[in-house]
Amino acid sequence: MDKVRALIIDDSSVMRKIVERSLRQAGMELEKVVEASNGAEALVALQDNVVDLILCDINMPVMDGLEFVRQVATVKNAKGVPIVMITTEGSESHVVAALSAGARGYIRKPFTPDQVKEHVLSLLGRKP
Amino acid sequence: MSTDISSSTRAHKESWLPILDLAVEEVFEIMLGCRVKPVTPSEHPVHGEFTAMVGLAGSLCGVLTVRCDAETARQVAKSMLGDTADAEQQVADALGEICNMIAGNFKNKLAGTDERCLLSVPTVISGGEYRFRSMADGDVVDTVLLFEGAPIAVCLQLQG
Repeated sequence: MDKVRALIIDDSSVMRKIVERSLRQAGMELEKVVEASNGAEALVALQDNVVDLILCDINMPVMDGLEFVRQVATVKNAKGVPIVMITTEGSESHVVAALSAGARGYIRKPFTPDQVKEHVLSLLGRKP
Repeated sequence: MSTDISSSTRAHKESWLPILDLAVEEVFEIMLGCRVKPVTPSEHPVHGEFTAMVGLAGSLCGVLTVRCDAETARQVAKSMLGDTADAEQQVADALGEICNMIAGNFKNKLAGTDERCLLSVPTVISGGEYRFRSMADGDVVDTVLLFEGAPIAVCLQLQG
């Protein structure tokens, strides 16, 4: 399996670590993990980093996840990069809003490593 | 478990308490790999050296708090992150996320509420010398659960 460069966006550093651990538990070899604590930081990070996968919370200060997904479409380094939302917001309207804005997957917290594996590997075109 | 409510329905401790307990149990089991069980609050007093809170606005309006002593908060963080979790910032962060997930999981279980209820980002207070007073003056649904033998109090205070 090729190594993966991931951008993890969550205002909680604990959740960023847990998401990273879940990716490793999914059997993913991570070449690089870029962290951001909100959407605005993530947009800046993408100016200098090329990634293969973005995992993003919704409820964050400064810039929330839905606004990030809308704005990231214009960032050169993010073109075609799959975005998976990982959030406590479980309502259908949030799912629809995220997918309409350009997200390709949606995982509700609390989540198991298997759920991360299921969503992420298929988006990266890999077999579980 | 899912329970229907109308927008005008007030919380009833008897009907929402099992849902809150289940929401807490699921979060601890899935994210920490630990089983927690509800206990009688009067037999397990909680020393609130760490208090995490998440606001709810919309069809449910109020605040959900998670309260425990400092050692228990550290154990929660270690269960989430491993032995690297020791700094107070990480401990507070972990408890805030637990509170956030409990609030989200609880409202997801109340059919018809999830669409119309938003959560704030978590806030965490550390230190025991404070009084907590919510302006939410409605129903209160509270529970105490044992995590590795230590009590953790979870309280939902709703605006009347």
